[in-house]
Amino acid sequence: MKKFNIAVALVALAALIVVPGFLKNYGIHLFTTWLVFIIATMGLNLTVGYAGQKSLGHAAFFGIGAYTVAIFLKAGLSFWLALPSAALICFATGLALGFPALRVQTIYLAFATLGFNTAVWLVMRNEEWLTGGTYGINNIARPSLGGISFDGNLAYYHLVLFFTVVLALALWGLLRSPWGKAFTALRDNPIRAESLGIDTRGYTLLSFAIGAAYAGIAGGLYASQVQFIDPALFTVGASIMMYLMVVVGGPGYFLGPVLGAAVGVILPEWLRFAQAWYLFIFGAAVVMLMIWLPDGLLSIPDRIKARRQSREASAARSAAANAAQGVQR
Amino acid sequence: MTDFLQLFFSGLSTGSIYALAALGFTLLWQASGTINFAQGEFVMVPAFLMVGLMASGLQLYVAFALSCVLSVILLGWLFKRGLVDPLFKYGMMPIVVATIGLSIAMRNLVRAGYSAEPQPFPQVFPEKIFEIAGVTISAGDVGTFGFAMALVLLVQAFLNKTVTGRAMQAVAQNTESASVLGINVPRMIFYTFAINAVLAAAAALLVTPTYLAKFDMGEGLGTKAFFAAIIGGFNNSRGALLGGLIVGVCENLAAAYISPAYKDAVALVIFMVVILFKPQGLLGKKVERKV
Repeated sequence: MKKFNIAVALVALAALIVVPGFLKNYGIHLFTTWLVFIIATMGLNLTVGYAGQKSLGHAAFFGIGAYTVAIFLKAGLSFWLALPSAALICFATGLALGFPALRVQTIYLAFATLGFNTAVWLVMRNEEWLTGGTYGINNIARPSLGGISFDGNLAYYHLVLFFTVVLALALWGLLRSPWGKAFTALRDNPIRAESLGIDTRGYTLLSFAIGAAYAGIAGGLYASQVQFIDPALFTVGASIMMYLMVVVGGPGYFLGPVLGAAVGVILPEWLRFAQAWYLFIFGAAVVMLMIWLPDGLLSIPDRIKARRQSREASAARSAAANAAQGVQR
Repeated sequence: MTDFLQLFFSGLSTGSIYALAALGFTLLWQASGTINFAQGEFVMVPAFLMVGLMASGLQLYVAFALSCVLSVILLGWLFKRGLVDPLFKYGMMPIVVATIGLSIAMRNLVRAGYSAEPQPFPQVFPEKIFEIAGVTISAGDVGTFGFAMALVLLVQAFLNKTVTGRAMQAVAQNTESASVLGINVPRMIFYTFAINAVLAAAAALLVTPTYLAKFDMGEGLGTKAFFAAIIGGFNNSRGALLGGLIVGVCENLAAAYISPAYKDAVALVIFMVVILFKPQGLLGKKVERKV
């Protein structure tokens, strides 16, 4: 089973490397955006799905990352310096925001992050000297490394794919480490985790900050991909959309963001002609999903398995009961 | 000084609208543990109901009365039966996510099904201006503040003075004991949803003349209502009033004296300060975590 999973992952990766080569520019653009949002929602999945912290300000970190890279590149600095800086700034901001917000639980964090998103958006819109205000920043360059230029759309796609795979492996490693176990312990029962000696505060803060750093990297990659950013991309609405991507895909499932980002990025592009109606149906679908499948789309296999197991168990029980009756007779 | 007073009074009028939305929000939370992320859209929908009813030739006040009734049915009964009841057993977060979905759905239904353009809305109060000791106050501000205050006090009186209101409070404080005492818990919870719907319709009547009816008008309003509710104290309905007024006044003062561009960040700053020093809110009681 294990080997089978690895084989599937390799086939999927090969497909992701090869397939966009046959697509037109627009298709490559869609795939790249999808990957960027996978990175961002992977981080959010760590915060929301694994550590159980409700963050509704992820687009703010995404935006901080995007603006950091854009401003660095405009100042003539290297992309390879800008991208780690974006991650670092987001990590630090995550710590600074999480510190007061995590004093109080669950829903307060949601509101604090939501308000934080508004504040960041206001800074982007109003501080023209830094961010260009509503005009945004355009002509953001694409990087090159040691003579290889990532200027072409396909080359840039492969760069983003590389980052996605590396970051996914990093997250996978993190989740399997004792740290990762501490995160899930935190989500499932914070008080028990605390009494087992887990530094609840430290780990929540860390999960939040790492999630923010992922968003920062995604934002930085996005800035170079679309080459033009303005504040409208990083509103509270965008944050809520990212949160819904995680919830729809399945929070706490490793592949949840892959599916969630597809629902949130690729579907709306296909259904662009009916945008407002699409969003209406999307909103209504989220309501239905919560009622019938509160753990997200990826919980379907688990549900089927659980149902089969319970059916088998009840069949075994009734068989045992029949057998017992037979003995009595 | 006169400037300050003028800003203060117009802030009170905005704040009283926030207080209406925040009050409904806390009532829902107390009675059923529902955090309604669609609270802003709950104001937007009655606004469009009124626009639609007036377009078919009805007077403003008839339209308002009718949209109150429709709100109770749609945003009270249907919301409770269709969304909150089935999700209640899963806890708080699924309801939060579902109401987020609901807010997206409602906003875009109006946008795609009615209009994406802002719709004009008649003035509710006469456009007169008073001058008292050099301070100019508009009749609209006085009327808004008075109407909102009257409603809030009426709800308070209903909750504290009538048998039904006290039964609703009992349900909010301890659902099990309330049902043991023979209180019809589901009905009391429905009353809360109905009151929330009426408060939202009233907020729509007061806010739409200045904001205009637009599909995304609820976005800012809902967030302000959350912050107001938490600043005042999440488990205290008087807190919503205090929080709403504080946010309204501070926003207005900050817009004039600090920077109009950062007006929308004021509620956040107050909120952050409050949860740092008094997480239960200004008037709230501390609740221990349950193991």
